[in-house]
Amino acid sequence: MADVAIVGAGQSVFSRSCGVSIRELSFEAFKEAMEGLDITSNDIDASIICSAPEYDKQRSPAGLISEYLELTPKPSFYVETVCSSSSTGLRVAWSLVKAGLHRVVAVIGFQKMSELSSREAAERMGRGGDIIWESPFGLTMPAGYAMYARAHMAEYGTTEEHLAKVRVKNSHYGATNPKATYRKELSLEDILNSEVITSPLKKFDCCANADGSSCVIVARGDVAKGITSTPIWIIGLGAATDTMTMAGRESLTGLRCAQEAGKQAYQMAGVKPQDIDVAEVHDCFTISEILAYEDLGFAKPGEGVGLIEEKQTYADGKMPVNVDGGLLSKGHPIGATGGSQIRTIVRQLRGEATEAQVKGAEIGLVHNIGGIGQYGNVTILRR
Amino acid sequence: MGFENFGTVSFTTEAKATDFMTYLEAGKVMATRCKKCGASYFPPKSDCPRCLSSDVDWFEIKGKGELASYTLVNYGPTGFENDAPYILALGKFDGIQIFARLSRDIEEKDIQVGMSLVVSPVKLPDNRIAYEFKKG
Repeated sequence: MADVAIVGAGQSVFSRSCGVSIRELSFEAFKEAMEGLDITSNDIDASIICSAPEYDKQRSPAGLISEYLELTPKPSFYVETVCSSSSTGLRVAWSLVKAGLHRVVAVIGFQKMSELSSREAAERMGRGGDIIWESPFGLTMPAGYAMYARAHMAEYGTTEEHLAKVRVKNSHYGATNPKATYRKELSLEDILNSEVITSPLKKFDCCANADGSSCVIVARGDVAKGITSTPIWIIGLGAATDTMTMAGRESLTGLRCAQEAGKQAYQMAGVKPQDIDVAEVHDCFTISEILAYEDLGFAKPGEGVGLIEEKQTYADGKMPVNVDGGLLSKGHPIGATGGSQIRTIVRQLRGEATEAQVKGAEIGLVHNIGGIGQYGNVTILRR
Repeated sequence: MGFENFGTVSFTTEAKATDFMTYLEAGKVMATRCKKCGASYFPPKSDCPRCLSSDVDWFEIKGKGELASYTLVNYGPTGFENDAPYILALGKFDGIQIFARLSRDIEEKDIQVGMSLVVSPVKLPDNRIAYEFKKG
């Protein structure tokens, strides 16, 4: 099965305000992904551009970015699953290569959230739910995840301190990541004393909007070996969609889209949760990382907090998670996030991570969620 | 009448399901049931994707539900700035779930997941209307 590989992966610096255009921002990730490869733009057979269009000023950015990176006249098109867009892009790239239509495909994710005024961003925030049935009540993305947090607390006794410990860990690793928006270590007290945004989530339980880009170059196996000496193989892909409405959710103690996507990815890869050496999970909020531990089978339902309590998800623990700082430290430029997570795992599997290298990592996992658990992608990679 | 007066801020108006609003004005929170296969829907659907029928009946949501989760929102999106803080909640009723706000007369300290709820229409300022949960 392992005959599609990632040959290059890059990202820009993530920041609150990048001060450049989306094409220039995308170039930064493209440059890092392409550096050291024995190919040029001419060798890329197709490009998949990933972002959340409601944050774009440019209509149809695919054409613009493909022109700037000189990827024309090869096909370029747009893929969107909100925060999970670039993982969906990777899934599409895999399919195109696997089907024999293309040999080398670039997946470019970007978001320049600072392009919108805070008023425009607040307006977008209000339309993330079902606009007839749920947005008129004032549903926001943090509020949706806060309801998952509250349900998890009621069911399993999870506490605000447990949640804060996720941020303590991720801020620890974010402090050493030169591409992260936030590089300051936070204490448990800093987090617990920060202001309540939507109970029980506080300011430091939430990731921040950011500007950034990511780029992943995917190639057919035989071609990949000619492009790089360190191809990273895509061995498992899973994807699932849950209801748009909160009212349609079967449970608020786990994300069904992640559970389903995880099952598919493990099955395709022929591996189990305990085979994963290092993982990147979608910690848009602290509770999201706890849910991910359980949804991916790193812990049983309700036992995810044990992993953070015992520091098992630190780099030297049993199951290192988000040792690049996660979304909580890096910031969350919607369309770029999945590609950034993939980049981290690629670097880990190549033994090239400069932040916290997990020794001897062979198999890595990326969990990337769109919206309030509407879209789930789980990807398993092997060196 | 469409959905133009529904909730604090409405984002769209037209839908086949606008009978919902007529019932709401008359004091009833309604769901739909497919006449052909009996599937029931909330939020209401005007069409049944299971048997492809568009022949649906409305039925009133009565009785007590249970609070599945909630959050007190301190920062609302555009149009909700002066509305916050407000409490969003999910209630489990017989065979369906409802997302709505908790009544403003319930304080956060008095809320417990699992508490009993009823759902009923609520008039909002500026001739707007929604539904909300009260203690059941």
